[in-house]
Amino acid sequence: MLNSYIFSKILKQNIKTKLFIFLIFIFFPFIVNNSYYQHLMILVMMWIVIGSGWNVIAGYTGQVSFGDAAFFGTGAYTAGLLSHQLNISPWWGMAFGGITAMVIALPFGWICFRLKGAYFALATLALNEVMRHVATLWESLTDGMVGILIMQSFVSKIPYYYIALSLAVFSVFSVSYIMNTKWGYYFVSIREDQDAAESLGINTHLYKMISLNIAAFLTGMAGALYMNYMGFIDPEVVFSLHDISIMAILVGIVGGVGTIYGPVVGAFVMVAVQEIIRTGFFGILQEVARLIEIEFIDTIIKYIMQAHVMVFGILVVLVILYLPNGIVGDYGKIKQIFSKK
Amino acid sequence: MNILEIKNLVKVFGGLKAVNNITFNVKKGEILGLIGPNGSGKTTIFNCINNFFPITSGDILFKGKSIKGLKTNKICRLGIGRTFQIVKPLSKMTVLENVMASSFCHMQSIKEARSHAIETLIFCDLITQKDKLAKSLPIGGRKRLEIARSLATKPELLLLDETAAGLNPTELNKAVDLINKIRDRGISILIVEHIMKIIMNISDRICAINFGKMITQAAPNEVANHPEVIKAYLGGQNASG
Repeated sequence: MLNSYIFSKILKQNIKTKLFIFLIFIFFPFIVNNSYYQHLMILVMMWIVIGSGWNVIAGYTGQVSFGDAAFFGTGAYTAGLLSHQLNISPWWGMAFGGITAMVIALPFGWICFRLKGAYFALATLALNEVMRHVATLWESLTDGMVGILIMQSFVSKIPYYYIALSLAVFSVFSVSYIMNTKWGYYFVSIREDQDAAESLGINTHLYKMISLNIAAFLTGMAGALYMNYMGFIDPEVVFSLHDISIMAILVGIVGGVGTIYGPVVGAFVMVAVQEIIRTGFFGILQEVARLIEIEFIDTIIKYIMQAHVMVFGILVVLVILYLPNGIVGDYGKIKQIFSKK
Repeated sequence: MNILEIKNLVKVFGGLKAVNNITFNVKKGEILGLIGPNGSGKTTIFNCINNFFPITSGDILFKGKSIKGLKTNKICRLGIGRTFQIVKPLSKMTVLENVMASSFCHMQSIKEARSHAIETLIFCDLITQKDKLAKSLPIGGRKRLEIARSLATKPELLLLDETAAGLNPTELNKAVDLINKIRDRGISILIVEHIMKIIMNISDRICAINFGKMITQAAPNEVANHPEVIKAYLGGQNASG
């Protein structure tokens, strides 16, 4: 609530900038015709949705989740299976994906919210793995490791962009709305001191469940979007610990834990970082390796490109050291550093 | 009329009987003091009343109905507010947000909660601090915030756990005024306190406990002169000598 205060004040003061940013988002596919960048923007929008969800449960309610992929994958598989098994349009998955993710979250939360702090985080990690194994082993339903392939609805990326954009806008606005109601105050109270919250008449178990279900719903919808957009999923992809769960945490931490716009900034930064590492600084590293012609360096560069997860780890260390409240939370600090120079 | 009745309360931690067969009542509108040396079980009694610890045996009646086994938040909703000896402010929220969070106990909309929180802050003389972060308050302010927060849940019975500990003389007087003001609102108070000057002045009756057992319950001056109370506080030899 408070960390986003400065940032939101800046946004409010600067209506013109806000409008400008908004228009850029609206007209982005017409400004940038390159389908690769359109693809990246769709990913950014998807990560805004997941990041916002993670932010509700971990950032605001303080129950750190390492298992967002469980909800993401459930959403994706819901959309995929609707089309694959029942021949229903996978777009229905956008609605049902969120709901099935909540169906997973309900019993999980009911049981596991007896655990606090790191123990709860471990339970979410376990949920992640359980769901991955279910998807892998229940071959009669999910086709196991073969995965699910569906026909994509559109050839162009533009419709996907607008669907992703509206989903991102929906999630940011709904989270900011919720945080300004009784629920929001309750979530933050639980984060600050669970015993105090309980003794002030807050049913902490219930409100943690509500928070988890909001997160699950948003993440599930993002999963369904992923299925529709990519057209192919398998358990290793959508239930991936490092590519989904850890990435969700990074989007939240880098952007700013417990801030409305944190996940937005975090999604941009993290998708960019992931893409830069994955492509080896847009091919520059390969070019360097080719020029140097030393096999050893060539190998190292190849490993670096594959090791984006390691870079994530270094990034977390740096962010926690220098920007513990994330980019949005420490916006004032960043501004200070730059204005000094 | 008794607002709170504690009947044969027993709480055992492993082999230790922290609270051993304690019985007392809080009458409506009175201030009941609870005194005893460190570790005599005062805070444990509080934790049993609002079910932070499940009680081993005995019963607790609030307004004639048993609240044994109810969840902590439910007990608060019924009308028992409490403060903590070791203050637990919601540190990253402002003072106003702290009180608003507990105002939601009996109201739904932000507007209502805000105006109720502001009223409560005025009552507790914290209104000038309302936009400060809770963690930036000095200890006196934090103790008042504890009281403001539990008052915002509209309690009929308030459990105050050492709200005067660590305060300077000016703050002490303010705290006494505040407690009297709360009583004038018709809220019954059960207070644990070590500072004798305060508890002797504000309490209508006092219960003295030691090693989890009730020594005596009577009017303040009687309790102060009770040989066993003196013995508990000053030690056996000094008392006899």
